Amino acid sequence: MTRETAILPQAIPTRAIKPQTIKYVVKPLVFASALMPLAWVAWTAVASGLGPTGPLGANPIEYINRFLGDWAIRFLLLALAVTPVRGITSWTFLIRFRRMIGLFAFFYACMHLSSYIVLDQFFDWTEIWKDITKRNYITVGMVNFVLLASLAATSTNGMIKRLGAKRWTKLHKLIYVIGIAACLHFYMMRKGVQLEPIIYAGICAVLLAYRVAAHLKKKARAGRAENPDRAGAGAAHR
Amino acid sequence: MLVKFSKASDVKPSEITSKAFYLDRRRFLKTAAVAGAGAAFGTIAAPVFAAKGNPRVKLSGVRKSKWTQEALGEELTDYGPITKYNNFYEFGAGKTDPAEYSQDFKTKPWSLTIDGAVEKPGVYDLEDFLKPHQLEERVYRMRCVEAWSMVIPWVGIPLGDIIKRVGLKSDAKYVAFETLLDPEQMRGQRRPVLKWPYKEGLRIDEAMNPLTIMAVGLYGEVMPNQNGAPFRLVVPWKYGFKSIKSIVRMTFRPDMPPTAWNVASSREYGFYSNVNPTVNHPRWSQAKERRIGDFFKRPTLMFNGYKEEVAGMYAGMDLMKLY
Ligand code: HEM
Repeated sequence: MTRETAILPQAIPTRAIKPQTIKYVVKPLVFASALMPLAWVAWTAVASGLGPTGPLGANPIEYINRFLGDWAIRFLLLALAVTPVRGITSWTFLIRFRRMIGLFAFFYACMHLSSYIVLDQFFDWTEIWKDITKRNYITVGMVNFVLLASLAATSTNGMIKRLGAKRWTKLHKLIYVIGIAACLHFYMMRKGVQLEPIIYAGICAVLLAYRVAAHLKKKARAGRAENPDRAGAGAAHR
Repeated sequence: MLVKFSKASDVKPSEITSKAFYLDRRRFLKTAAVAGAGAAFGTIAAPVFAAKGNPRVKLSGVRKSKWTQEALGEELTDYGPITKYNNFYEFGAGKTDPAEYSQDFKTKPWSLTIDGAVEKPGVYDLEDFLKPHQLEERVYRMRCVEAWSMVIPWVGIPLGDIIKRVGLKSDAKYVAFETLLDPEQMRGQRRPVLKWPYKEGLRIDEAMNPLTIMAVGLYGEVMPNQNGAPFRLVVPWKYGFKSIKSIVRMTFRPDMPPTAWNVASSREYGFYSNVNPTVNHPRWSQAKERRIGDFFKRPTLMFNGYKEEVAGMYAGMDLMKLY
């Protein structure tokens, strides 16, 4: 029973994880784990030679492209989950992984785009251009990729300094738009009304709703501090 | 119970199915076991329908047609991909879901309703209904709207023969097809991915076209559940989704029937849905396709390469509008 209380979120003292442990042990572990999906799919593709009877199914190119797209959106949602999870659990150290997770979202988006260009279209730029301009879900995907790239490019400490914390924070609010657009891209790409994209969109909605709730709470608190009379009146009404 | 289609003119099944049998040894052994059990009870003959467990069972008395692999001049897609990579949303939206979740699908007995503007409407037992017909092999290209394609050796009967048998009334201008509605067995139907049951339709001249068949098998064997057992349509010059699977009803009617994908998104899927590389689809370029097993895409052919047989039916129609 004592062990159970020990694993309660609040019971984990953040200070217990030393910065060195995070830097030299946990981060490399997270980094290596994040590469596992790519390593697996690349190895399987090479080992089975993209044939129609291998472990990636009859259409390995479709499989690979979708697999990479799936991981791009998963890392995107993971990155969006850092703030809410940190807020709820008080695991402040999580913030140290947010940039890495976000960059992995971008990395998998790059792989997803590359698989589309190289495997699916094999550098047929006319077809690619037609797809980007005419296929709505691909238009959304491409715009989203550009937005995500702009965040990746400004993710370094140097860029934060150059932009200034305020402007940087404002720019990186784009991640909310990117999350929504990724869900939209997924939903549009699937035919009919399918469950998977709806689940991803639901998770995204919860993660964004947390921010809205936090924002409203903060505003209410600020309002109360400014005008204690009104706050008191409100409480009396209820 | 067991149907046997045998004629002296039969092509030896080995001529048709040789390739299939090398490929899936586990399934082959399962089939062998079923056949063995059948022999033990003295009932060895080829049924038209898969028994429970979806075993591989050879069809006897399958005649060759003029649509052979040699005539087509393209390589057959292997049995494995044909039966493991399916769009059959009734069993799930993933490509491998149908193979995974249709194994216990019950296709026997199967009741087929034929109604509407026909001389002999009725509710038929499929097995009885098919008895008078000669099965034949048709090697056709299959072009999915998702821009991939296969070459499949179907076994079936011309839809035209069925239509002649039931006798059309003069106001039969279209035929509507309906898939079984059974969410209990078809897990995909428990969610509103599409408006169930799946519906499709053809104009009567399309239905009577010699290319149009009702298929009951492939690779000389009973139709695997995941490919639309026991009774499905095959219209090779149209996108794959027109070739409706596991059909329980055919209704002949004067007006154009609603079709499942058209109801879901009319902007993307028209009633005709003829394979047409020049009509831009909002989701996939239709100019090219990937033949399953190939790395490079190939150009898509007008009417999927069946222009000669079908173009006449659409003379004077604006195929850009009536896609
Ligand atoms: C932030 C960027 C992006 C994310 C998060 C993303 C995510 C996804 C996801 C989750 C899927 C569905 C996978 C599945 O069905 O399991 C998908 C499909 C797809 N995406 Fe993206 N995507 C992005 C950008 C792009 C870009 C830039 C392109 C191309 C220019 C693209 C092209 C495609 C294509 C072609 C498919 C469908 C493949 C098929 O039909 O099988 N995506 N993407």
